[in-house]
Amino acid sequence: MIGQSRISRIIAHLALILGILIVAFPIYYTFVASTHSLQTILRPPLPLLPGKEFFANYYQALFGGIGQIGGVNVWTLLLNSTIVALGIAVGKIVISILSAYAIVFFRFPGRMVFFWLIFITLMLPVEVRILPTYKVMVDLNLIDTYTGLIVPLIASATATLLFRQFFLTIPGELVEAARVDGAGPWRFFKDILLPLSATNIAALFVILFIYGWTQYLWPLLVTNRNDMNTIVIGLRKMISFADADTQWHLVMVTCILAIVPPVLVVVFMQRWFVRGLVETEK
Amino acid sequence: MATVELKGVRKVYGGGVEAVKGVDISIADKSLCVLVGPSGCGKSTLLRMIAGLETITHGTASIDGRVVNEVGPAERDIAMVFQNYALYPHMKVYDNMAYGLRNRGMKKDEIDARVKRAAETLELSALLDRRPRELSGGQRQRVAMGRAIVRNPKVFLFDEPLSNLDAKLRGQMRVEIKNLQRALEVTSVYVTHDQLEAMTLADQLVVMNGGLVEQIGKPLDIYEKPASTFVASFIGAPPMNLLGTVTGGKGAPLTVADLSDLGLSVPPGTTTVGIRPEDIEQGDHAGEGLKTRLTVEAVEPVGAESFLHGTANTHRLVVRVPGRSIAEPGAVLPIFAPRAKLHFFDANGKRVEG
Repeated sequence: MIGQSRISRIIAHLALILGILIVAFPIYYTFVASTHSLQTILRPPLPLLPGKEFFANYYQALFGGIGQIGGVNVWTLLLNSTIVALGIAVGKIVISILSAYAIVFFRFPGRMVFFWLIFITLMLPVEVRILPTYKVMVDLNLIDTYTGLIVPLIASATATLLFRQFFLTIPGELVEAARVDGAGPWRFFKDILLPLSATNIAALFVILFIYGWTQYLWPLLVTNRNDMNTIVIGLRKMISFADADTQWHLVMVTCILAIVPPVLVVVFMQRWFVRGLVETEK
Repeated sequence: MATVELKGVRKVYGGGVEAVKGVDISIADKSLCVLVGPSGCGKSTLLRMIAGLETITHGTASIDGRVVNEVGPAERDIAMVFQNYALYPHMKVYDNMAYGLRNRGMKKDEIDARVKRAAETLELSALLDRRPRELSGGQRQRVAMGRAIVRNPKVFLFDEPLSNLDAKLRGQMRVEIKNLQRALEVTSVYVTHDQLEAMTLADQLVVMNGGLVEQIGKPLDIYEKPASTFVASFIGAPPMNLLGTVTGGKGAPLTVADLSDLGLSVPPGTTTVGIRPEDIEQGDHAGEGLKTRLTVEAVEPVGAESFLHGTANTHRLVVRVPGRSIAEPGAVLPIFAPRAKLHFFDANGKRVEG
């Protein structure tokens, strides 16, 4: 075994600590900066220990309203981002699990045509179809709405293919046993397919939540009102071209706040889907 | 309490492949019918057609006098035990058994009573809170059986239910299935490729080959009077020795004249003579029969009996000897098979009486 001797253990630990430092230090530094006043930040060097302005800064950002983003507070931005990320994650999962269910378990005319259509959309990322999509949203009066923020990002070929692959591994006998047991298509889906897919759903949820949370281009286009911005857009707007105009301490606070929800989702869901992985193992 | 009737049942797949080529079987109430045959003979397809999992392209299947061609599997009042058990992996044993009942809208306490009763019959009471992956193969098999019996169906369908178990457990479960089927008195159709299972379980044995029924009858009748060379070689282990005479068969052709040299007269039309390994006696005997000398090539001692593999007139023969054999490879033994124990088949492989 590697790592039995003392020296190799020390080397392994050093490597890991170095890695953690590289990854974690910028985040720590951001946090430190978020607890100092603007004056301290603008007068280098920045201290390496947290300052005394933690509550003042966070209170101002969360509830005070920030001039650079039109007087909206970060709380509103967080809420917007959460709604959008949740909407995209849940919407993508619902749509893709249903379409995968249809493609795998039903025989209908044009089944393969639909499958290939979905497959082909993999090659069309949001950016490619962004102008027509924007036009549609304008015509439907969906600018500055959650619907407009969420719906165009929901269609997901990747998730559909993922569920399709998983459904194909479900033995035919299980489907037949359910038929003999009197489970119709809906019951089979609800009682057997969904519980068996729990692991996949959890994993996808994590990935898709973060995908939704970090969206930039589409929310930038489809929102005009300041109170409909997501936190990523808000963050970008808070940094103005003139350095003196930027309230760096609030930018740092917003950065930290923008990181927290995805981290929470990963931490919470990861434990859940690892447990799921172990349990559904045959 | 039901009969199962198949009339001219055929299965033709989209590509024109014909899996079942016209089968008529009538299964009596409370009896256990075993469909046996090599893989690809259409036995599983036939079972799945009775279950309603495959459409019947021609002919009719009826359960209890009602034609069920257009009836869905859940409404046919059948229960099926699958080869890989097909238990719902995320459900506890209790829920696995209760699921079908819940889907039928049965009352909770009635479900509870039925599941508990079935669990008791199958000695699963202590396992009701486990999940399938926490069970051994034999226990999973029992749960699959339990799921079938709680339903109290008209017909049980078994699709090679024992093929995933080890030999010892298989023997045990075979006896249990037989006892259970007798106790519950439910008409059953059982598919297997194992001739031993087929022989021991069946009230009515159906031997299938290439999508057609070769022979239907009681197991011992089939054993004693196989209708064709296929049945003769499929039922019985080791299989019947088949001596090709004029055409066919694996050995060098043997003419009828050769046979009479061996002290045997055969009915007209005979091209193949069959002898069960246990019907061959050692030594010189008087009377009409097949007399020849066997050159022993290998001896297989099984314990209670031994099998001698050897050749006689270039024909390969297997002889069953009770107890241990003192013969060594290379020995030449006189052997004799009385004419009454011989089976005669014509050029089409069909049985010829005489």
